[in-house]
Amino acid sequence: MCFGAVVAVDALDLAVAPGELFVLLGGSGSGKSTLLRAIGGFVQPEAGRIVLDGVDLGALPPHRRPVNTMFQSYALFPHMTAAANIGFGLRMRGLERAEIEARAAEMLELVRLQGFGARRPTQLSGGQQQRVALARSLAPRPSLLLLDEPLSALDRNLRRDTREELVRLQRALGIAFILVTHDQEEALTMADRIGVMHEGRLMQVGTPAAVYERPNTRFVAQFLGAANVLPVTVRDGRIALACGMVVETAAAVPNDAMWLAVRPERVSLGASDAANRLSGVVVQRSYAGETLTHVVRLPDGTLMRATAALGHGLNAGQPAVGEAVTLSWRPDACIVLTQ
Amino acid sequence: MTAASNTRLPVLAIVWAWLLVLLVLPTLIVLKIALSYPADSVPPYAPMLPGLRVSIDAFSLILSDPLYAHALLLSLKVAGLSTAICLLAGYPMALAIARSSELWRSLLLMLVMLPFWTGFLMRINAWIGLLQDDGWINTIIATMGLSPLRLLYTDTAMYIGIVYTYLPFMVLPLYARLSQLDARLLDAAADLGAPPWRVFLSVTLPLSLPGVWAGILLVFIPAAGEFVIPDLLGGPQAQLIGRVLWQEFFQNGDWPTASAIACALLILLLLLPAAMLWLLRRGVRLS
Repeated sequence: MCFGAVVAVDALDLAVAPGELFVLLGGSGSGKSTLLRAIGGFVQPEAGRIVLDGVDLGALPPHRRPVNTMFQSYALFPHMTAAANIGFGLRMRGLERAEIEARAAEMLELVRLQGFGARRPTQLSGGQQQRVALARSLAPRPSLLLLDEPLSALDRNLRRDTREELVRLQRALGIAFILVTHDQEEALTMADRIGVMHEGRLMQVGTPAAVYERPNTRFVAQFLGAANVLPVTVRDGRIALACGMVVETAAAVPNDAMWLAVRPERVSLGASDAANRLSGVVVQRSYAGETLTHVVRLPDGTLMRATAALGHGLNAGQPAVGEAVTLSWRPDACIVLTQ
Repeated sequence: MTAASNTRLPVLAIVWAWLLVLLVLPTLIVLKIALSYPADSVPPYAPMLPGLRVSIDAFSLILSDPLYAHALLLSLKVAGLSTAICLLAGYPMALAIARSSELWRSLLLMLVMLPFWTGFLMRINAWIGLLQDDGWINTIIATMGLSPLRLLYTDTAMYIGIVYTYLPFMVLPLYARLSQLDARLLDAAADLGAPPWRVFLSVTLPLSLPGVWAGILLVFIPAAGEFVIPDLLGGPQAQLIGRVLWQEFFQNGDWPTASAIACALLILLLLLPAAMLWLLRRGVRLS
């Protein structure tokens, strides 16, 4: 059914491949939901084109677009049963009654809600409503499904399970997904590719690993995951920190380098033979169960974070607040940024 | 929970006292008059006690004389048609108000309610001024070179008056319901392939039905007993039940018959919302 879903939005030029799970990540007001509404046909872009399977969607009203949306609030019809909600899109396409019922039952099974077809939305839990909304948007077999913060209304544990469920369904159906979220963990774990949005612009597009390991701007480095960002100057093809330390990097340094970003989990505490070393004093420790983060103040007042996995739990070996420590990181942990 | 029931009891007591004093008691008095013998006295009916003198003559009269049945049927027809016109005119109005911007919304709502600021009889008299043979409407028609129309004291004038008077009672409950409608449901329906008319039929209309029923009841019930508008704007043939009741009471001085008519009308108008509730419940169970 699905021959390929390609969405192009001029001015930010985004192309989504058939069967891809693309995540648009951004803070509130970054324009990610507006982009989704433009693809769905609910807002008209002032310029640019939206093309799906070679067809320009620009002039089509929402009901003529071969795209379905799963709304953030689910927007289930309160006066219809779960099965009638799921069958709605099929009824609008003029399918036979028997086929609609069969497809609705099939979709209920797909989202593991067998036997709930006769319930009304108010008689379902939040998680069940979420799955009915998903089934409803998938039932007409769109070539592209838009999901607006599909997990934000669920509580944390349910969200993790549902995340895996969504990916499983997406793989099984082969439908391209564009999923909007503000949750970086959701983006990293689910996406084939992530697009980071900020102030209406697409800052970076790439696989989760590429965007996380090689962010192209200071904004992306700090928005997706945590990062120690230090201002640098370029000297003889190498970079130097404000304190004067020359940093060993794995890759060649561009002449217009402005910042050095180092992920906290790549920074080690204590004696080390790593090429880059700084000393400072621990000013704060924050315990997060799986990890322990030390905030270290350098002599010039800069704060750096070092996060370690607690593979052996808390012990006396970890430095306390007030202790002098050495921070170190390897050359390949350096992310050099020009903007 | 105890705190809630502590405050609920006095509030409910006020409501029940209100209903008892202003609704049940007067109804019982009317029923008592309807079951009394007429008498040449002031008031013109014989006391029931002592001796328990009860008469069902008034009821058997209104059941046997076709005049009353005819008036009742005519009233139901006029009220039904007026309600239908109010619904057809009021629904688009309510929808437009509910979908307009904040500023327009309050302005339009005020325009709907503005007529209430003037006395009802004044406004009906204004309609007489508009509709009469040398009134404003006929003056405009005459300047266009057309022959004048006979408007006042016709059924048309009566319907204009009733629809004009009761339209706000249709628009307001519909507006209240439609403005609560979640716009995202409309987006969802369009997203699933529903063109605008199907969005209306499958989402907007079914979700506004409680407002539709409220509007129908608020227009139909007072319109069925309407007396002033048919009397002032309608022709002599418009013998509605309210008018017949008035004649029995004030012209014939037959209080028992007038009261019996009032009782019959009340029973009929109580059956109507009951039937609607029953239909509504059944509809909910079916869908």
